[in-house]
Amino acid sequence: MVENRPGLNFFSHALLIIGVAVVAFPVYLTFVASTLTADQVLDAPMRLWPGSHLLENYAHVLQKGAGGAAPLSRLLFNSLISALVIAIGKIAISIISAYAIVYFRFPGRMFCFWLIFLTLMLPVEVRILPTYKVVADMGFLDSYVGLTLPLIASATATFLFRQFFLTIPDELLEAARIDGAGPLRFFWDVVLPLSVTNIAALFVILFIYGWNQYLWPLLITTQENMYTAVIGMRRMMSGGDAATEWNLVMTTAMLTMLPPAIVVILMQRWFVKGLVDSEK
Amino acid sequence: MEKRVIFKNWWLPLLLVAPQLAVTLVFFVWPASQALYGSLFVEDAFGTSSEFVGVQNFLGLFNDGYYAHSFGITVLFSVAVAGLGLGVSLLLAVFADRVIRGARLYQTLLIWPYAVAPAIAGVLWMFMFDPSVGVAAWALKRMGVNWNHLLNGHQAMALVVFAAAWKQVSYNFIFFLAGLTAIPKSLIEAAAIDGAGPARRFFDIVFPLLTPTTFFLLVVNIIYAFFDTFGVIDAVTQGGPAKATEVLVFKIFQDGFKGQDYGGAAAQSVILMLIVVALTVAQFRYVEKKVNY
Repeated sequence: MVENRPGLNFFSHALLIIGVAVVAFPVYLTFVASTLTADQVLDAPMRLWPGSHLLENYAHVLQKGAGGAAPLSRLLFNSLISALVIAIGKIAISIISAYAIVYFRFPGRMFCFWLIFLTLMLPVEVRILPTYKVVADMGFLDSYVGLTLPLIASATATFLFRQFFLTIPDELLEAARIDGAGPLRFFWDVVLPLSVTNIAALFVILFIYGWNQYLWPLLITTQENMYTAVIGMRRMMSGGDAATEWNLVMTTAMLTMLPPAIVVILMQRWFVKGLVDSEK
Repeated sequence: MEKRVIFKNWWLPLLLVAPQLAVTLVFFVWPASQALYGSLFVEDAFGTSSEFVGVQNFLGLFNDGYYAHSFGITVLFSVAVAGLGLGVSLLLAVFADRVIRGARLYQTLLIWPYAVAPAIAGVLWMFMFDPSVGVAAWALKRMGVNWNHLLNGHQAMALVVFAAAWKQVSYNFIFFLAGLTAIPKSLIEAAAIDGAGPARRFFDIVFPLLTPTTFFLLVVNIIYAFFDTFGVIDAVTQGGPAKATEVLVFKIFQDGFKGQDYGGAAAQSVILMLIVVALTVAQFRYVEKKVNY
């Protein structure tokens, strides 16, 4: 703070509080809707304070689902599995390939490097049709493999690990070699422990990425019990002839937002670091 | 940059890159080349035979009024999302950087929308603005605005822009706040001693120094608006009403999966790939510049 301007300070706080309120309002409204009955939501304008049906709605959605979908507990489980497999899988295959590219000279090294980079830039959205065909031909529709494997390669993670490995002093490797450590030993005992911070930061970002996938699971899941939570919520709304049960849809939205939001808030420090680092 | 000290071994590194290479080849290189290949053919309705047509699919797109329309919609949508998202988050970040106490608290309160899936963000906003049950739609009606995004294309566009920008504010805010914190305080203090007020300092010092961050965020936001907002569009408007919100990614999905026009969809994919590559190159040039500072 350069100078003291009480008026401007007050204004800053006021503006920030308004900003936070505007950002939070849609979620507050969702929460309120998730505590009401279907009729109360339809009674426009909807009341703006919570009702008394919180437990009832949440229990109903978790156990039975809504709009003919499978129970949400099952869908949340699917989301959790795919988010974890995508996050851990991406980190695992990226860290070993970055290690190979940085610490070895092998035929085709630069070719691998550029292939990984150039091709992984293309978002799933751009090449959905042919990717769908590949996965369908392999018989991975409606399976966890199909949900996760095509999304598991990541240029960002490989690049981040490569940049980080380049900053590890060469002396560490020399010392390890003198002590007789081979490549795998060096990776396991030196490189991996040094990378813990980067792994945690990436984990937060990739977990959210995996949890929030939309187009891909929408295409390759047709059985209700293989839907992820986001898809389940989407399918509840286009219920056809029946009117949308907004209170249950909003309950589902709350429950689906909760896990990634908790991850972001609890791991805020890693998350911010991961975001800022991964874009460097 | 290269390591001076390395391991001498040729089969182990190949083993280590193998998983990533396999995934890349099977799910990235092969499908992308299929899109490229498919864009040169026309497939019949049953998918049994295909005929080589050269660049006819591309020419078809250029002559297709809907494609030009979709392109225009996408540009409008991206500019609106990037502009709104960047403007709001810059404003909030500048004031959060100003307050001594509570900057961290405001950050915590503003970053969680990053965790919300685009499709859910869309549903949240759709619920607020639903013509029959939405609170915001009701309030607008009270003020004399007849809100119905199911019928009015402009309103539908505004709604998807709000939902998409809302989700992106948190991401931009984190980068702007980090950028602002990195500006040396001595510069600001020197300007203050010379008699520059807060507004003058912002426009003459802070904003020019934030240009790299702003440019980077602009590219990221445009990429986001082009590709990651599929969920928002699909959940809120499904491209409607009357194709008013049918962005390019949605059109590929619509033509390829619903319309069964594989050749046309593949040609659209190829054009989109070129756009991504161009945007990514722009981003990398920026990164190179930053490294040289």
